[in-house]
Amino acid sequence: MDHRPQAWGRPRDDVYGAYDASYMQTNQPNQHTQSPIVTGTSVLGMKFKDGVVIAADNLASYGSLARFTDVKRLRTFAESSVVGFGGDVSDMQYLDRHLTELAIDEAYTSTTTTPNAQPTLNARNLHKYLSKLLYHRRSKFDPLWNSLLVAGLDEAGAPFLAAADLLGTTFTSPSLATGFGSMLAQPIMRGLVPDEASVAQVTREQAINCVRECMKVLFYRDARSLDSYSLAVVTKDGVELSENEKLENQSWAFADRIKGYGTQTV
Amino acid sequence: MFRNNYDNDSVTFSPQGRIFQVEYAAEAVKQGSVVVGIRNAEELSSYQKKLFAVDEHVGLAIAGLTSDARVLSNFMKQQCLSERLTYDRAMPLETLVSLIGDKAQLNTQHYGKRPYGVGLLVAGVDDSGPHLFEFQPSGLTQEMLACAIGARSQMARTYLEKNLDKFADCGRDELIRHGLRALKETLVQDRELTVENTSVGVVGPKEPGKRPLEAFKVHDGAETKDWINSIADDTETSGDGMQVDE
Repeated sequence: MDHRPQAWGRPRDDVYGAYDASYMQTNQPNQHTQSPIVTGTSVLGMKFKDGVVIAADNLASYGSLARFTDVKRLRTFAESSVVGFGGDVSDMQYLDRHLTELAIDEAYTSTTTTPNAQPTLNARNLHKYLSKLLYHRRSKFDPLWNSLLVAGLDEAGAPFLAAADLLGTTFTSPSLATGFGSMLAQPIMRGLVPDEASVAQVTREQAINCVRECMKVLFYRDARSLDSYSLAVVTKDGVELSENEKLENQSWAFADRIKGYGTQTV
Repeated sequence: MFRNNYDNDSVTFSPQGRIFQVEYAAEAVKQGSVVVGIRNAEELSSYQKKLFAVDEHVGLAIAGLTSDARVLSNFMKQQCLSERLTYDRAMPLETLVSLIGDKAQLNTQHYGKRPYGVGLLVAGVDDSGPHLFEFQPSGLTQEMLACAIGARSQMARTYLEKNLDKFADCGRDELIRHGLRALKETLVQDRELTVENTSVGVVGPKEPGKRPLEAFKVHDGAETKDWINSIADDTETSGDGMQVDE
């Protein structure tokens, strides 16, 4: 019997040999994320007169490999907002769980005494919170490697669309796109909604068609994109999220006129 | 030296199951000067010498130890600011009040701590409308339609109970007058409400159900003159059928 309490419950040295403590320590310093691993590409969002359209494809790439083709990158929050995730997929999953927790807490803390109250976090509150979270993590030099779009309605019921990225930078505009989309899709969307005033003239169908068109352009020109995508429409009636959209009426006729596009045959 | 053996600290129950320190704290509230608060669907008001604005949309009135009230009010100010910083929204009243409720309750179950010697009426407007909460040193918080705490506040509560049905349809100024009449009930003989001893805090939506706020503001001195004058020759002291001779 070993009478030393610190030895109790441990594998006995005389049976198993002394513990090899070298397993417990590494020789390198602890490292934070320095680059994303599995990534999602662009997220697009556009305001129209009654709400916001937001879309992202269903691909998670592992470098240039199209690794997972059924990853849903839009999530709803409190049945009234949608968050679109670009960038690292594991950080997206972390944020997804975090937002689920936040939504549960919020559902418990509000509306316990006042039956018809609606003080759940609206899209503006959610965007502010996420941007603070992202900035907090980048300040710890351990960033969440994402760029986000938050779509929904603000406290006055007006359409709300804003972006936040891994540095905690925020941006808002009648149309927004992250990643490659900011170069390829943003100019097309700006054609429809150049400024806040023009949002009131845009119908739901116009906005959806424009976003679908942009998703097609992105599939043509962004090598990390996919032809199956998710599309959500947020209005005062709630969120309509469709996660299995397919690109239609593709035309690759332009491709063979461009040298360097696709596989080289010459 | 002590009233009994069981009131030395807030963690010892008496054989009857009472915690004397918490009861003494409740006494401190009764010794503080009176405050009255009323809310209806669109207006909300409360009064006393010590009215604090916590945030744009919340204010509070105190009865009891001022220094304890300042501790709680500073805490509430910080919580409201942090809510605006992290969520860009006004702190929901119920959340705010339950925070100070928990904070006060904690003081009743730690050895070496004492309960707060102050009662509060917390008034404010959030997304779900106007609210009035009562806070007690035991940590108990409850939402009220109208409430009065402090010295001789029972008289005010009696007035408020009698007139409760009227508050919902009152305009802003009428509701304030109801509050002043309730406050008047608590006065001892030969004392009157004057611009020196009365202040009125008001917070409410600009229009019923609308977001832009009439931010919490404490009116005192000359600002309360018209309200006080308008109830000065009021013979209807405690509601219906209590006409007094000219």
